[in-house]
Amino acid sequence: MSENKTPLIEVKHLKEYFNINTGFMRSKPLKAVDDVSFSINQGETLGLVGESGCGKTTVGRTLLNLYKPTGGEIYYKGKQIKTKADINEFRKKATMVFQDPYSSLNPRMTVSDIIGEPLDIHKAYKTREERHEKILTLMDRVGLNSEHAARYAHEFSGGQRQRIGIARALALDPDFIVCDEPVSALDVSIQAQVINMFDELQQQMGLTYLFIAHDILVVRHISDRIAVMYLGKMVELADAAEIYEHPLHPYTKSLMSAVPQPDPKIARSNKRIVLSGDIPSPLNAPSGCPFHTRCPYATEECSQSMPEFKEISSGHFVACHKAAEIN
Amino acid sequence: MALLEVKDLHTSFFTPAGEVKAVNGLSFNLDRRKVLGIVGESGSGKSVTAYSIMQILASTGKIVSGSIKFDGQELVGAGEKVMKTIRGNKISIIFQDPMTSLNPTYTIGHQLMEAILLHTNRNKHEARERAIEMLRLVNINEPEKRINQYPFEFSGGMRQRIMIAMALACEPDILIADEPTTALDVTIQAQILELMKSLQEELGMAIIMITHDLGVVAQMCDEVIVMYAGSACEQGTADEIFYNPAHEYTKGLMRSIPTADTAGTKLKPITGTPIDLLNLPKGCPFAPRCENAMKICIKERAERMQINEFHQANCWMNVKEGIENGSIEISKEGGEES
Repeated sequence: MSENKTPLIEVKHLKEYFNINTGFMRSKPLKAVDDVSFSINQGETLGLVGESGCGKTTVGRTLLNLYKPTGGEIYYKGKQIKTKADINEFRKKATMVFQDPYSSLNPRMTVSDIIGEPLDIHKAYKTREERHEKILTLMDRVGLNSEHAARYAHEFSGGQRQRIGIARALALDPDFIVCDEPVSALDVSIQAQVINMFDELQQQMGLTYLFIAHDILVVRHISDRIAVMYLGKMVELADAAEIYEHPLHPYTKSLMSAVPQPDPKIARSNKRIVLSGDIPSPLNAPSGCPFHTRCPYATEECSQSMPEFKEISSGHFVACHKAAEIN
Repeated sequence: MALLEVKDLHTSFFTPAGEVKAVNGLSFNLDRRKVLGIVGESGSGKSVTAYSIMQILASTGKIVSGSIKFDGQELVGAGEKVMKTIRGNKISIIFQDPMTSLNPTYTIGHQLMEAILLHTNRNKHEARERAIEMLRLVNINEPEKRINQYPFEFSGGMRQRIMIAMALACEPDILIADEPTTALDVTIQAQILELMKSLQEELGMAIIMITHDLGVVAQMCDEVIVMYAGSACEQGTADEIFYNPAHEYTKGLMRSIPTADTAGTKLKPITGTPIDLLNLPKGCPFAPRCENAMKICIKERAERMQINEFHQANCWMNVKEGIENGSIEISKEGGEES
């Protein structure tokens, strides 16, 4: 990707705080996403990984304005998304595929109505025939038998349901899709079918993905670049191969080493960096670098100030005071 | 003699729609101090196998035939009285979801002591000491204080460690772990797997590891059974299964998982969807999805074939090659499943 091109999506200092009631008339902000910046180029897949509660799903949802951002700016093709009209326009071009193919499809709607709903909302057709035609084309595109348009979601298997979800996301001919754990509920043999479909659709339609997942091998397979989050902060961002082979942040290092490799010889010889302790609650996030409570290299400085998210080598960003020292 | 011998196990669920043959002729042996992995997709019968061994099947489920011998003692048809001396004492199980497997209304101390009081002669005070010792063993800090807390006060990884402590409190000979890390994050998963491995070495028990994650299998297991549609399609040592798979399903599975080397390439998925257990075909259950299926695969299920000393598989493809070079012996036992 050339540097001077305007990225398709740009996010600057995105913040999303939720107010959590902590007692009678008392509440506390939960910093689900705290000062996250990144950009995604046209036709690129950015993988977003991290453990549960790190804020990766919230980034995806806030990006699409499903949550109103607490702070920060979102740009689409260089234009800031601010007003209600902007958001409405943006949502035609930016859609989402959800994790759970069981709960994300309305059981009382037929497949054709599920896929047609975005078309209805944005009035993307003139005649009923045109609507029907569009739905059949979409079903065909994701490998569903178009004769099944009148069926209900429960009549389909998990993999097929996820295809319905993808067809719905494609209905308005988007540029950008947020894929939130789209394959984690699927069996291994079905997973590969769906991953390949994401790949093919990207090539055919020039799509751009934000691919959120906790399975690092899946993300490594599909992504051009990978970002790692921990407790609402982005701790590292680099090319997929680079971050997988040469992680700089101590959290990324342990994350990459903890990936169970489907190869007994590698798995036995693999030196895992096993972290002690659990992820702190985001309600009581540690001061300074959020990782310092579990970091083997943490010093006084780490518990006091949050390290800056800076570019260490070309395209490789990391937020760690000790990055230069430990690598 | 193997510690656990399972022979031609058939477990079915009797539903209004008909008989669902969840486990359909499974045989395996488990030796002391070994880790056996059972892999397969959802609905392949791996959890039902575990529940059959423990005899904790849902009310519609029943062991139809077969034998399960623990240390020479037959468990099928042995009755609830015998099973009570086995469950939690000789064979323990930990479940997938640590969030729902603990009772939220009792302290974890109470729940830990329950098993100890039931199966050993310890009095309440000694049981409490033992519970604290177990919590320390699974790396829970300040066990004296934590023992009085309720499950909601622990994180997911800690709850799974408490489940392990509970399962190991009576020093069982076999630990069955049913997807023990599926609900956990990768770094927590690494902690739990490491803990299980070190406890296994320390206490000398055998583990049956049920999982769909080939990465977990590669890391943990000495031997592996690959299940498809209720029966083992292949079993052998981990190295054999990973480096020399002899069933088309296993081969397909190995090809379809993303690894560090597949980036930028197309994955090779297995086409189609798993079969309906209500209507098992006469031939190989994988044949409808198998790209190399031959005529015989649809007509007749392959018998168990000995690939080598450490490896068996039920796949006609081996005979196709074997007949050409004459290197494969066909053993007649254990095949012939309907």
